[in-house]
Amino acid sequence: MIKKFLSRFYLGLILLFLYAPIFILIVLSFNKSKSRSKWGGFTLSWYNSLFQDQAIMEALTNTLIIAFLSALIAAIIGTCACLAINNMRKVPRTILLGISNIPMMNADIVTGISLMLLFIALSYPLSFSSVLLSHITFNIPYVILSVMPRLARQNVSLYEAALDLGATKSYAFFKIILPDIFPGIFSGFLLAFTMSLDDFVITYFTNGAGVDTLSTIIYTEVRKGIKPEMYALSTLLFVSILILLVLINRKNDRDNTGKAPGKA
Amino acid sequence: MKTKKWLSYPYSLWMGIFVIVPLFIIIYYGFTAKEGGLTLSNLALIMDPINLKALWLSLELSIISTVICLILAYPLSLILHGMKLKNNSFIIMIFILPMWMNFLLRTLAWQNILEKTGVINTLLKFFHLPALDLINTPGAIIFGMVYNFLPFMILPIYNSLAKISDDYVNAARDLGANSFVTFIKIILPMTLPGVVSGITMVFVPSLTTFVISDILGGSKVVLIGNIIEQQFKTVNNWHTGSGLSLVLMVFIFLSMAVLAKYDKESEGTKI
Repeated sequence: MIKKFLSRFYLGLILLFLYAPIFILIVLSFNKSKSRSKWGGFTLSWYNSLFQDQAIMEALTNTLIIAFLSALIAAIIGTCACLAINNMRKVPRTILLGISNIPMMNADIVTGISLMLLFIALSYPLSFSSVLLSHITFNIPYVILSVMPRLARQNVSLYEAALDLGATKSYAFFKIILPDIFPGIFSGFLLAFTMSLDDFVITYFTNGAGVDTLSTIIYTEVRKGIKPEMYALSTLLFVSILILLVLINRKNDRDNTGKAPGKA
Repeated sequence: MKTKKWLSYPYSLWMGIFVIVPLFIIIYYGFTAKEGGLTLSNLALIMDPINLKALWLSLELSIISTVICLILAYPLSLILHGMKLKNNSFIIMIFILPMWMNFLLRTLAWQNILEKTGVINTLLKFFHLPALDLINTPGAIIFGMVYNFLPFMILPIYNSLAKISDDYVNAARDLGANSFVTFIKIILPMTLPGVVSGITMVFVPSLTTFVISDILGGSKVVLIGNIIEQQFKTVNNWHTGSGLSLVLMVFIFLSMAVLAKYDKESEGTKI
């Protein structure tokens, strides 16, 4: 009993630690006073002015488009690579998987700088597309990481059985293999999307003038003082993803209990 | 299943252009002088007292944060595992969800909590306790690092715990091991790969951050990441910046080499 209480208490403390700053940001988004340290009464006006702020809206669009496209492209390139790597012999396999570890293990700042130097060396303008290319690069490893274990666990006999029963290779691929590894692809995509959304360092080095994401806008505002609209925006983003995830979770729970009745 | 090798070509091409080539460009800048010609002076700049102090402090702070993360995360993973939740995705969701509030904003919110008139000091004042000097200290930076990187320690450890079959634990119990022995002999060794990837995933970003030290350390605490960032963004000396980056990478690869010795099966344990 005491043990159970203690472990719940500990879990609660860690969650408090993780969510305290988020709680503060949500409170600040309703704060009438522009100052971070003073409470000036409740207001919704930041939520209103948020949608009039062109710079923030543009940064939001950039952030979302970059996150979506980079996660999608990384998911495609990464999944194809996994399918091929899975059948390789040990040496090429180790080399290719090793390369995918580099951007994940290396420092953000070094990855960002090296990509910046690449674009400058190729005289490729630092722009929206250079940020996108960079995000795809650091997203691919997350896809590989999620898809590879799924493929390794896969039962080859199912695919062979499908072929024996007269399925064409591509039909068997889309009917057997793809559905089997899809959860891996999807979680890789989600992880990549989240990483891209939250990235600051690599964007900071590869964006050049004029193209901002939410992170780079916030960083320039850190010294001048953050616009309270930013708190409102991140609160909205946070709450919408929270609702979305709770819904997905609920649906999964219902599906699970529906498929396996009596198996609690 | 025979899949065609060409499926890996886009990946190989991409990683070649955007990972391998850029690394060689950094090496090129690191080993050349502004005026041209090979030189080791960019690397030697790490011996400059200011840079050396920053590197030393970075190492110190990142080691402390990694240890704190490990101490916090391991029991937490055990607790989460013991709760026998039906779906893992729920746990992962709890710890990834904060990332949907921008990383800079969350770190900035710690300013509100730690500063002189912040939440903690207001609470202390309420209880008539002396105020603490928290913001703009190395301690505040450690706080920020632990906060930002703790999920990267929890998830791999939790995942490696989830992989252990109950049969092992039951077998140990049947053979007469008490829970302490079971933990030391079975659970701990089997979660080691998760611990190792957790350590790298916390240590490397802590060692190289410049944002957390910027926001929570003020300009008073300078880490090696801050110096490299300045070389590229304000001083505009790519050669020095690349040289220092290379030194930093040596430290990263050294620590990974040490850790790799303990990591027998690294595939799929990260995150």
